[in-house]
Amino acid sequence: MSLFAATDRTVRSRRVQRQVRVLFGLMTVLLIIPVLIILALLVVRGGPMISTEFLFEFPTQGMTAGGIFPALLGTIFLVATALLFSVPLGVAAAVYLSEYAPDNMLTRLINLAIINLAGVPSIVHALFGVGAFVLFFGFGTSILAASLTLAIMTLPVVIVATRESLQAVPLAFREACWSMGATRWQTIRRIVLPNAISGILTGVILEVSRTAGETAPIMFTGAAFFLPFLPETILDQTMALSLHLFVVSTQVPHVPDALPYGVALLLILIVLFMNALSIGFRVYLRGRKRW
Amino acid sequence: MASNTNGSQLGQLDARGTSWYIDKLAQVLFFVGGVSAIIFIVGIFVFVAREGLGFIVGKFDFVEFFTSPRWVPTSEVRETYGALALIVGTASVTGMAMIVAIPFSLGAAIYIGEFATGKTRETLKILVELLAAIPSVVWGFIGLTIMNALIIDLFDVPIGLNILNAGLILGLMAAPIMTTIAEDALKAVPDDFRQAAEAMGATKWQVIRRVVIPAGRNGLVSAVLLGIGRGFGETMAVLMASGHAVQFPDGIFDSVRALTATIAAELGETAVGSDHYGALFTLGILLFLVTFVINLTADIVVRRGDRRRR
Repeated sequence: MSLFAATDRTVRSRRVQRQVRVLFGLMTVLLIIPVLIILALLVVRGGPMISTEFLFEFPTQGMTAGGIFPALLGTIFLVATALLFSVPLGVAAAVYLSEYAPDNMLTRLINLAIINLAGVPSIVHALFGVGAFVLFFGFGTSILAASLTLAIMTLPVVIVATRESLQAVPLAFREACWSMGATRWQTIRRIVLPNAISGILTGVILEVSRTAGETAPIMFTGAAFFLPFLPETILDQTMALSLHLFVVSTQVPHVPDALPYGVALLLILIVLFMNALSIGFRVYLRGRKRW
Repeated sequence: MASNTNGSQLGQLDARGTSWYIDKLAQVLFFVGGVSAIIFIVGIFVFVAREGLGFIVGKFDFVEFFTSPRWVPTSEVRETYGALALIVGTASVTGMAMIVAIPFSLGAAIYIGEFATGKTRETLKILVELLAAIPSVVWGFIGLTIMNALIIDLFDVPIGLNILNAGLILGLMAAPIMTTIAEDALKAVPDDFRQAAEAMGATKWQVIRRVVIPAGRNGLVSAVLLGIGRGFGETMAVLMASGHAVQFPDGIFDSVRALTATIAAELGETAVGSDHYGALFTLGILLFLVTFVINLTADIVVRRGDRRRR
C-alpha cells in the first residue's frame, strides 16, 4: 500500500461529502422546480387570454368577460403615486444612515424600525392605512390613502438598496472631496449620489415590482372591486390588478376558468419583468464598475 | 498681534455663508428621513391601537379572547370574539410551512453558498430571488386552483383547501427569503475559517458541519425566525388556500382560518367603530406585537453572533 493512499477514514468522509453535495443540490432543485412547473401552467392556461382587447377593454357582464384595462391602469396609478412618497423619503433615510448616522442607540432603533416595517404583516399595514389615512387624515378610500399605505410598507426596499449602493462608494472619494473644502451636502450631491445612482435605480425598480403585487394593503384603503369608470383625481378609488385577481378568482360567480389565469399571468409577468430588469441592471453595473 | 485683527481673521474663517446653511438644512432633512422609519412604526401601532381601543375597554374579554374557539362576530343572540381557533389556524399553517421551508431553504443556502460555484451559483441565486418576487395573491390563486386540484386527486379528499395546501404554499413563499438570508449568514463567515480547516485536511462537508454552520449559527437562526414571521403575517395566500373555516383542525386535511385572513375577509363588512370592527383591529394589535417580538428576537440573535465573532 502506497504511502499516500487514502485511508478508510478519508474514503468514507469523501463519500459522505459527495452524498451531502448531491442531497443539498437536490433540495435546491426541488425548491425551484415546482415553481417553474406552476409558472409553465400559468403560461399555458393564461396565455391564450392575453390579447389587446384583454389589455385595453373594460370588464363586461359582471366581470366574467371583457378586459382588465381599469385594473391595469389603476395599478400604474397606485405604483406611481406610492413612488412619489417612498423614493425621496427612502433615499433620505438611506443617506442619513450611510453618511451621517453615528453608531448609537438612535441608529440602532432606526434599523430595528426598518426591519419591522418590512416584517409587519401586510394586513396590519392595511389596518394602519384605514386608521390613519382613510379616517384620521380624512382622505377617504382613495388612491392617495392606498398609495401612502403602500409607500410606507415598501419603504424598507428603497432604504436597504440605496444604503447598500451608497456604502459601496469608496470612502476615499468622499475624503478627496472634503479635502477640497466641500461641505457634506456638496460631497453627497456631487460625489456620493452620482456614483450610487444606478444602485438606487435598481432598488426603485425592485420597489415597483413589490408595490404592484401587493393586495392586502390596498383592499380597504382605495382599491375597489369594480368601477365602471376610470379615476379622475387622486381622491378617487381605483381598481387594481392584484385585487382584481382576488375578486375574479373568489368573489364573482360564473367566471370562465381561463380569465383569472390570464390576470395572474399578466400580474406575474409585470412583477418578474421588473425584477429581471433590476437584476440585469445590477449584473451589468457590476461588470463596468470603475473601482 | 492686536486683538481686533485676530478677531476679524477668525471672523473670515468662520464665514457661515449660504453653503453652510444649505449643508445644515440638508443634514436636518436627511435626519428627518432617517427618523421617519421610527415615526412610521410607532404610528402603525398608535393608529391600529386607537381603532381597537373602543373594543378593548368595552366588550373585550381577555379570557374569552384567548381561550374560546368561537369567533362569531355577527350573531342575533350574542356575539363572541374567541380568537383561539384563529390562533390555532395561523399556528398550524405556519408550522406546516416551516416543516417544508426550514430544511429545504437551509439545504439550498448551503448548496448555493458553499458547494455551487461560478455560473451555477449566480443562476441559482437569481432564480431564488425571482421566486421571492411572486406576489402573495398569485400564490393564493395557485393554491386555490392548481394545488387544490392536486391535493384532491392525490389524497382523495373532498376539499383541497386546507392546512396542507396553505402550508405548502406558504413554505414555497417563505423558502426563497429564508434561503437568501441564510446564505448571507454563511457568506459572513470569514474565509480564513474555511481555509484553516481545509488546511487540516477536512473535506468540504466537514468544514461546513464543524466550522461554517457553528460560526454562522446565529445568522441561520435569525433566517428561520424571519421566515416564521413572514409565514405568520402572510395574508392573501392564506386567505385563499386555507379553506377559511373557523374550527380546530384534526389533521392536515382540515380547513382552518388564520388571524390575518379573518381581518382581510371581514373588515370590508363592518361598520366603523362597531364592536366587530374594533375586534378586528384588536387582532391587528396581536399580529403587530407578535411579529415585533419575532423581528426583535432575530435582531438580538444576529447582534449577539456578531459580538461573539469579534
